[in-house]
Amino acid sequence: MKSPLLSVRGVKTFYGNIMALGGVDLEVFEGEIVTLIGANGAGKSTLMMTICGTPQAREGQILFDGRDITRIPTHEIARARIAQSPEGRRIFPRMTVFENLQLGAAITDFEFFAQDLRRVFAMFPILEQRRDQRGGTLSGGEQQMLAIARALMSRPRLLLLDEPSLGLAPLLVQSIFNAIRELNEKEKLTIFLVEQNAHHALKLAHRGYVLVNGEITMQGTGAELLNKPEVREAYLEGTTRHQ
Amino acid sequence: MAAAMPERKLDVAGALKDAALAAFVAFGLFSLVLGLRTEQSGLTSALQLYPRPGLLFGAVATVFAGRFLIALLFRSNLLADPARFIPPQASKGIAFIGRYAGIGLLVFALIIPVIFFDNRYLLDLSILVVTYIMLGWGLNIVVGLAGLLDLGYVAFYAVGAYSYALLAQNFGFSFWICLPLAGILAAFWGVLLGFPVLRLRGDYLAIVTLAFGEIIRIVLINWQSFTGGPNGISGIPRPSFFGVPFNDGPDGFAATFGLSFTPSHRVVFLFYLILALALITNYFTIRLRRLPIGRAWEALREDEIACRSLGINTTHTKLTAFALGAMFAGFAGSFFATRQGFISPESFVFHESAMILAIVVLGGMGSQLGIAVAALVMVGGFELFREFAQYRMIVFGLAMIGIMIWRPRGLVSHREPSVHLQEKKPIPAAVVEGARQ
Repeated sequence: MKSPLLSVRGVKTFYGNIMALGGVDLEVFEGEIVTLIGANGAGKSTLMMTICGTPQAREGQILFDGRDITRIPTHEIARARIAQSPEGRRIFPRMTVFENLQLGAAITDFEFFAQDLRRVFAMFPILEQRRDQRGGTLSGGEQQMLAIARALMSRPRLLLLDEPSLGLAPLLVQSIFNAIRELNEKEKLTIFLVEQNAHHALKLAHRGYVLVNGEITMQGTGAELLNKPEVREAYLEGTTRHQ
Repeated sequence: MAAAMPERKLDVAGALKDAALAAFVAFGLFSLVLGLRTEQSGLTSALQLYPRPGLLFGAVATVFAGRFLIALLFRSNLLADPARFIPPQASKGIAFIGRYAGIGLLVFALIIPVIFFDNRYLLDLSILVVTYIMLGWGLNIVVGLAGLLDLGYVAFYAVGAYSYALLAQNFGFSFWICLPLAGILAAFWGVLLGFPVLRLRGDYLAIVTLAFGEIIRIVLINWQSFTGGPNGISGIPRPSFFGVPFNDGPDGFAATFGLSFTPSHRVVFLFYLILALALITNYFTIRLRRLPIGRAWEALREDEIACRSLGINTTHTKLTAFALGAMFAGFAGSFFATRQGFISPESFVFHESAMILAIVVLGGMGSQLGIAVAALVMVGGFELFREFAQYRMIVFGLAMIGIMIWRPRGLVSHREPSVHLQEKKPIPAAVVEGARQ
């Protein structure tokens, strides 16, 4: 069996004395879309940030392509070609779309820049039209596209997406998810997706994990998880049934 | 929109209420400060109190009247829409001035020594203003671009000045050798300050840099054997015209170039020297903004975590900002030393840091032109009110309040993008619809 691209082993992360992750194990193989679903405060974003090294895991190990990245600084992790589109987008609001994309390409060779720029503009044509507009003046959906495009500019081997559907209209969510699927199918990009929108995420992903209170409680293929009664109850129909 | 426009109606009752409240607060403030006078008198030299009701009443009445007028204007929506007061031609004119103000100022600066050749006072003042412009541009790298609030910038100015003074006196180095050395030494101290404050931001960073500025000054005062302590260093060599001294001797500047000797030659040379140094600072900053390092500074100001997750080493980015900002302060410092011929720790107090920071903030953080205008207004304005020394802090305070109200992000708050698209492209409707979905 081939070894995973990303493997998280027994990772525990703390904020001060509060344990946010209590020993998480998961694996992402090359070419896969893996999703992590869970409720508010389950530790999804913490796991995402721990993979990027802010904060660093107190216990356990994170391996990327066989290399231990648990204790190396965030910018070195990014240079190992792990790109993140963080929660809340975190684009640079006073800088233009073009400048944001230039910053995304901060660690790549300049020769790729024009080609990569064409690629992300083909994927998100609206960004090309908004090229000279400040990031902060874009709509929510455009900012999300910019955050993903900026992450892609670094030519990642692994793309981490934290709640790309947050605060977007249903149709726009669909188009973002289509873009994610396309990236995976056409460019064979490995994607690790954190989502609250469990239905969409599980339909899209090859495999999924369920995180509850900082621990993985279930895992399986997307279809398996979608059909599990516990998952349906807790994340898909839960609110309606219990009320 | 038209329906939302508030109607213009004189709201006298509301304005009276505002004015009464302001008068009450003024009474509370002034009752002890203005209302009573203490005097030592009589054989026992006892402290005696004299009430001054007239003065107190006058002050309160002034506040009441002023507040009434302002409240009347605001409450009646006479000032709500500034566009009403500015006709379109005028705002077009302002935009035109804005576009060519930089070039205009530069040309004016270049011909100042020609126009005011005999006006020593004005030349000295111009040199002072340009020095502050240069310091503002230097600090702008740290505060405006990298977003690191530095309250101890004057420390690097001091390092530059003392570097030149000590190197020139002890080793007899010329100004042109000392200038880069002073810059390097100041940059070194910038890195030294940068290391401990790497993890700090905002208020905490401000406090530590403030302390650093004071440490440098206190060391300069107390290290008598090296720096001369509070007496400072005097007899610092004056600048020469690339080796030709400015004196009335046979080898002097005037004799060499066949001119009649006048002390203005040196002042004019100093003016062009600081102008050149300031323009180098400006050119450097403009170029750096277009390079990856400059873009990383601005990204750091916007979002440090996002920066790191894009693979930007924030440690290096912060240290280079501190080092380059400090280097320009070092250049300015060595210029200051050679111009004055005498330096002491007195010249490098916190007030200077505050002044430079105020120039950067009032000018609009990150705007080169705004900083130049702010330096001109602040330093020049201060000089203008020299006659009324006791009132100039009041005017200064009022100006600050005015800027906070009308230009809260600084005089020139527009951030110029570092790259432009060549031509404007219309956005096809289909694309916009796609994004709206």
